[in-house]
Amino acid sequence: MNDFYLIRKNLTRNKLRMSLNLFAIFIAFFLFGALGSIKNAFDAGVDLAAADRLVVVNSISFTQTLPVAYANKIKSIEGVRKVTWANWFGGYYQDPKQMAMTFIVDPESYLDVYSELQLTDNEKNRWFNNRQGVVVGEQLAKNYGWEKGDRIPISSNIFSLHEGGHTWDVVIDGIFKGETEGVDTSYMLMHHKYFFETQAYPGEWLGWLTVTTADPELNETISRAIDQQFANSSAETETTTEAAFNKAFIEQVGDIGQIITLVVLAAFFSILMIVGNSMMLSVRERVKEIAVLKTLGFPSARVFIMVLAESLLLACVGGLLGSVFAEVMIGGLTQVPAITRIFPNLVITAETWMTAVFLMLLLGCLTGFFPALRALKLKTIDALSKG
Amino acid sequence: MTDFIYELKQVHKKFVKGQESVEIFDGLDLGIKRGDFVSIMGPSGSGKTTLLNMLGGVDRPSSGALLFDGNPINDLNEGQLAKWRADHIGFIFQFYNLMPMLTAEKNVELPLLLKKLSPKKRKENVATALELVGLGERAKHRPNELSGGQQQRVAIARAIVSDPDVLLCDEPTGDLDRSTATDILENLQLLNKEFNKTIIMVTHDPVAAAYANTSLHLDKGVFVEKDVAA
Repeated sequence: MNDFYLIRKNLTRNKLRMSLNLFAIFIAFFLFGALGSIKNAFDAGVDLAAADRLVVVNSISFTQTLPVAYANKIKSIEGVRKVTWANWFGGYYQDPKQMAMTFIVDPESYLDVYSELQLTDNEKNRWFNNRQGVVVGEQLAKNYGWEKGDRIPISSNIFSLHEGGHTWDVVIDGIFKGETEGVDTSYMLMHHKYFFETQAYPGEWLGWLTVTTADPELNETISRAIDQQFANSSAETETTTEAAFNKAFIEQVGDIGQIITLVVLAAFFSILMIVGNSMMLSVRERVKEIAVLKTLGFPSARVFIMVLAESLLLACVGGLLGSVFAEVMIGGLTQVPAITRIFPNLVITAETWMTAVFLMLLLGCLTGFFPALRALKLKTIDALSKG
Repeated sequence: MTDFIYELKQVHKKFVKGQESVEIFDGLDLGIKRGDFVSIMGPSGSGKTTLLNMLGGVDRPSSGALLFDGNPINDLNEGQLAKWRADHIGFIFQFYNLMPMLTAEKNVELPLLLKKLSPKKRKENVATALELVGLGERAKHRPNELSGGQQQRVAIARAIVSDPDVLLCDEPTGDLDRSTATDILENLQLLNKEFNKTIIMVTHDPVAAAYANTSLHLDKGVFVEKDVAA
């Protein structure tokens, strides 16, 4: 027998209470892990945004288009290194429910700016020279079982072909991977020449431009210069960093981060109250036993640590069970194509795990501190004289 | 080394309850010899348990000297007193005060958590203590699976397992029937005679007190009578 044995025995003496406490903690940490991974999925675009990339959109709304000529004009601004542009296609595969996010891009400049998208030279060349070609992200290809060389129908819920219909036949020239694990590969890129040659609306346009700067410190100056250049024109621009653009895009849904933080905080606060009260009750029920321990010669500090350790053990066991369950569930969800289409970067990160462990320790300390303090200050003689 | 294991010199003990101050002992003097079996009797409120608590270092005199083996213990801080208790004192309570979630052997092992002993030696000591009180076969039973007398014998085993100099017993037979009480008192007598343990027992029961070598009668904080067995 050792102190840990005593701690364990004290914790498990009232099995119903322990189970309910464990369940409450389990739920809190499960929510933390699961909602944290969803927040990570939303934040991935912000986290992975390059520091030297700016996004230029129409100042009215990013759903409004800009003239194609803006690309060359921006390129001539001092400090601008590279410029590319893209349009939203709004794609789906066979059925509108089967989303296949597609951007219409200028292949060479797009891959030059988004260097984190990895294709072989062979794949690149094939795509650059094949107007009907597309390159597909690894995740999207996996979702629909596509392979290189496949001819697939991609439909748009926005655009039409000039000959009628909404479905474009494209050939997969390459499947791109992300340079790092977090890079989103749940979309495809379509050649702009093929799109503009075949679509029904007159003319060409662009949805937004992405600009790389020579130095992130120049971002603000260059943003101002771009917006000034097109001030008072029919299509004024608004230039922000890529991170700010991605964040604003996500926040159209709502401040996901804050919503999740509030839900998790509410859960933790409730658990703190429930478990804290339960621990207090548990210590109150055994004041006499604590007094006996002290009478036998157990120093008060050791009794304090034993009670605190009981709370820590409870928080850690419940927290680990909840976190592991969240990890398993998220792992399972990432195998479901319908989920990965919406949340391509669904993962419980190491940072979330570390925060969870920190929260377990904090919860254990907070719920155990006052009961442990009561045990520390317990007057042996008073406790022994009761009953 | 002094003959007295305990010496109390001009011990005062005062309790303050709200505005009122109650003096339990007003200059108490007492000497208890090593290896003695002392019973302390007296009416409720006479100060028996307070005296026992002071002797066990769980309460302190308001003033005066309390010496153990010639050394004052009322100056020790909480931590030192806890260690002193673990080294020298075994407690036996009226209501046993066993840990309900632990088996008999684990209850007996508790004081040994404060000693640096190998697990094997610890196990041996526990087995010896339980054998001594006749509960070797009940080692794996929890308190709620034992009778009152058996629980008290587990408490005695817990008190003696670390081989203390003194056993302090607070009404050890107060919750037991006569026959079981006799067993317990014989156990205590054995520990006194065979193992030279100094035993100080607070009791209301004259039959229990008769097992002691010395009987002290306390009334309103003063010893009014002292009987020493022939």
